[in-house]
Amino acid sequence: MDYQTPQDRQYTKSHEWVKIDGSTATVGISDYAQHALGDIVFVELPDVGASFGVGDAFGVVESVKAASDVYLPVSGEIIEINEALLDAPETVNSDPYGAGWLAKVQLSADASDLLDPATYAQHVAEEASK
Amino acid sequence: MSHYISITDRDRQAMLEAIGAAAVEDLFAVVPTSVRFPTLDLPAALSEAEAASELRRLSSKNADVLTNACFLGAGAYHHFIPAAVDSILRRSEFYTAYTPYQPELAQGTLQAIFEYQSLMSGLMQMDAVNASHYDGATALAEGAIMALNSTRNRRKIVVAPSVNPQYRAVLRTYTQGLGVSIVGDERPEASLADVVALVDDKTACLIVQSPDFFGTLHDLKPVAEQVHAAGALLLMATNPVALGLFQTPGAVGADIAVAEGQPLGIPLSFGGPYLGIFACTEKLVRKMPGRLAGATTDLNGQLGYVLTLQTREQHIRREKATSNICTNQGLMALAATVHMALLGRQGLRQVAEICYHRAHYAAAEINKLDGYEVLSFGPFFHEFVVRCPAPAAEINRALEFASIIGGYDLSADYPHLGNAMLFCVTEMNTPADINRLVATLKG
Amino acid sequence: MNTYEPPIFELSGSGKVGASLPAVGVPTSELPSELLRTDDLQGLPELSETEVVRHFTRISQRNFCIDTGMYPLGSCTMKYNPKIHEEAARLPGFAHIHPLQDEASVQGALRLSYELQQLLAEIAGFDEVCLQPAAGAQGEFAGILVFRAYHLDRGDEQRDEVLCPNSAHGTNPATAAMVGFKVIEIATDARGNVDLADLRAKVGPRTAGLMLTNPNTLGLFDEHVQEVAQIVHDAGGLMYGDGANFNAILGIVRPGDVGFDFMHYNLHKTFTTPHGGGGPGCGAVGCKAFLAPYLPGPIIHHENGQYTRYVPEKSIGRVKSFMGNFGMFVRAYTYIRMLGAAGLREISENAVLNANYLRVKLQDVYPVAYDRPCMHEVVLQGKLKDAPDIHTLDIAKRLIDFGFHPPTVYFPISVAEAIMIEPTETESKQNLDAFIAAMRQIAHEAVETPEVLHAAPTTTPVRRLDEVGAARKPVLKYDRAAIAALRGQAASTDDQIVRPTY
Repeated sequence: MDYQTPQDRQYTKSHEWVKIDGSTATVGISDYAQHALGDIVFVELPDVGASFGVGDAFGVVESVKAASDVYLPVSGEIIEINEALLDAPETVNSDPYGAGWLAKVQLSADASDLLDPATYAQHVAEEASK
Repeated sequence: MSHYISITDRDRQAMLEAIGAAAVEDLFAVVPTSVRFPTLDLPAALSEAEAASELRRLSSKNADVLTNACFLGAGAYHHFIPAAVDSILRRSEFYTAYTPYQPELAQGTLQAIFEYQSLMSGLMQMDAVNASHYDGATALAEGAIMALNSTRNRRKIVVAPSVNPQYRAVLRTYTQGLGVSIVGDERPEASLADVVALVDDKTACLIVQSPDFFGTLHDLKPVAEQVHAAGALLLMATNPVALGLFQTPGAVGADIAVAEGQPLGIPLSFGGPYLGIFACTEKLVRKMPGRLAGATTDLNGQLGYVLTLQTREQHIRREKATSNICTNQGLMALAATVHMALLGRQGLRQVAEICYHRAHYAAAEINKLDGYEVLSFGPFFHEFVVRCPAPAAEINRALEFASIIGGYDLSADYPHLGNAMLFCVTEMNTPADINRLVATLKG
Repeated sequence: MNTYEPPIFELSGSGKVGASLPAVGVPTSELPSELLRTDDLQGLPELSETEVVRHFTRISQRNFCIDTGMYPLGSCTMKYNPKIHEEAARLPGFAHIHPLQDEASVQGALRLSYELQQLLAEIAGFDEVCLQPAAGAQGEFAGILVFRAYHLDRGDEQRDEVLCPNSAHGTNPATAAMVGFKVIEIATDARGNVDLADLRAKVGPRTAGLMLTNPNTLGLFDEHVQEVAQIVHDAGGLMYGDGANFNAILGIVRPGDVGFDFMHYNLHKTFTTPHGGGGPGCGAVGCKAFLAPYLPGPIIHHENGQYTRYVPEKSIGRVKSFMGNFGMFVRAYTYIRMLGAAGLREISENAVLNANYLRVKLQDVYPVAYDRPCMHEVVLQGKLKDAPDIHTLDIAKRLIDFGFHPPTVYFPISVAEAIMIEPTETESKQNLDAFIAAMRQIAHEAVETPEVLHAAPTTTPVRRLDEVGAARKPVLKYDRAAIAALRGQAASTDDQIVRPTY
């Protein structure tokens, strides 16, 4: 199984992606993650204005038989959430790196410990073979 | 061999051979020998006829509400149950099935739950009703926990003293490990206004009951407004029978509504099994504990039903679940469903009217008696408080001789009322029963 | 069985009544107009008794139940429900007594409850029993609250962790969290036991207790249960026994004799009070004497021929209204009295025999999760050779077409593609052989005609249902337009929909 791993962003071991643009970042879950969860039926997102540290659970992505916390790859304050997902959670399945983004964050510190696309692809390959 | 077991000695021998064991005992070799095969000190086995006879003997030692006139309520109520309710309940297809884990084999149970949710939602005028809780008390406690989980940094619960004392006790049991403060009912005589005044920006919810434990009906619309203005939720406990006639939780603006469902087609049965009705607004559905059925289609496009929004539940979320509740009160919810369907739009109103008028007639007649006084806390439904000339226990003993089960003795829970008891009158108390009660009280 | 039955609202007709009610019969009183309901109960239907009975009878026929056939749901103990139990629970002196009546007027009911306490205590080896909890999950809740109260009462305030094996039922961690404890997961060893090394590494001064199901959810009796109890006790923790699988060990071993301090009984499993489509149950709890002061109440006491109720002195409080699900007490009491000690042991012997028979007859085709004799249930895996696209779900759905209720699937979560089969003692060898033949046939089909499995079931009132759609756009109550949309029809504006003719 091949999973998309776009080159223009970074990843976490828990399968989130983050795209940093100056002092803000957009976050979502990876193609592998949406695939592992299956049909996504509900997305729970934080309130705009809430602050989180690196690795904090800031949302939940649910399929029929699983609920998966989503961890913030960076620290900062939520400045925008993808409200379209509340009515169309399946967008996370169909376009995880585009219209299926989850939240935008105002960074409070420089990001660290993120995986580059090649390292993440390697990590996915290992997980998938388990 | 017991008559429930379908294995013959010959079968057993063949099965043991297949397994490779010499005797059934060998299958338990893993159990430490020192504690294996204990001698249980139990009474000798009874045949079915002997057991039936023993049970009838025990049953006959209880004073039932069919042969005695019962004026006792206080959270459990003697109502008319159409014979058709139990006839449906006794269908094996319903009572010997389990939680509908395989929806293709459980459309009966699932459609019944869906109709329960629908009928109850109509009766309560609430957006969503779950497949039920154990009883009214646990529904209330879980409603309070849901309020805590649905608000931020609010760890205070305000509860009126006129909420059923057992419900308040269960609320305290349920929340004892959660670091919350429960206030409002320290003084049993506190008024609703006193209690509403305690709601502040640290309050998760206000819990009120209408009709309350004393039978009193409250207009909760202004209360809901005040509670919402403080950013808290309103949790309303109610009686489903009263809703045939009176203001509903939905009309009031309650966020969470709970009730004891026993009055809807479930026999008194010495306190259980009963039915916890649990309803909330659409906004709170995903925080709701308990099972939910939903409508969907099968791969041929046929209408069908499934358990849904299951990620809230313990079997998926484990320690992060909204509650540990696993079962619902399936068969009791079915009883309420059939009962509501039979009574229907007209019958539900009619039962409420009979209760109301007969209770008011009884109250008026008792109030005429020397030494008795109906303590009016406002408009009431089918229960009312009477101050008595002697301790309630003494009066109830006298009533017992006349084959009357008297009211609830309020002296332990509400000592400020003095010698007071709570009477309940339903459609099962005939006018003749009421007159006999009044005559017996008169002495 | 395949006919569609519309939602009850679509059978409604203005003016119909389904119940016969008395006249008011007394002078009427004024109604408080400002407190009245104003919608005239528009959301409620109107039907005759005939229609209501027919509707619910028809939908009942869309259910599978124990009285229809084998229902081998693992850890649910779907055994036969004796009919005498239903008669007993409906006796007027049981079904029609008020829970707040004077104790003198309910001595028979109190006596039955007291005797059931004694019977349950003896069967599991405990000193005191409280019947109040309404279900297994509520029994767990009572137990973990008791653990908390016990530690706090001793001034032992740092114990904020509860240990649960990774094979535990979801209610265990959910319960511990509800009481405010942190849940620590313990690994399972290669033979399906609690991993002692992992336990030793995680137990300590913060351990309030361990929640253990034994036999566990893998269908295995923990080979080191006494050692597990010793380790937990040495650390000052307590042992909670989840009685979900008690059906395997009646008269075989008493949990109280192998180190458990507290346990819940599932009367709806072991003592066959019917499951009722999901409840009611009864999760009575038993414990050793040193925990008895903390039990919920009331509990029944017997002295000088009188039965009375009391609440233990340091009680955690009541967990529900009144005394508990009394109707379930009557059924369980009847069962135990009719079986006696020898009859109870026969239950477990036959339950374990049946499960092991299934194990040896299926393990060459379906891998067993742990290769050793099981207790009352066996956990297989739906991983078939040469059938890579077949999953446990397909096997389960195909079983339906053979006339069996599927076993519990995908649980325990620690076993991939789990199929957890609990035949119970009431199934005959004939039925077991038919089940074995069906399972083997399915394994064969999985390789030869996998499309048959993917399409299953085909013999049921509905086929596989769209659970994704149900969760994305929840329809949780009747709404004419929503139901019509699901059925692919325009919503009728006609007030009365014509009932289809069959």
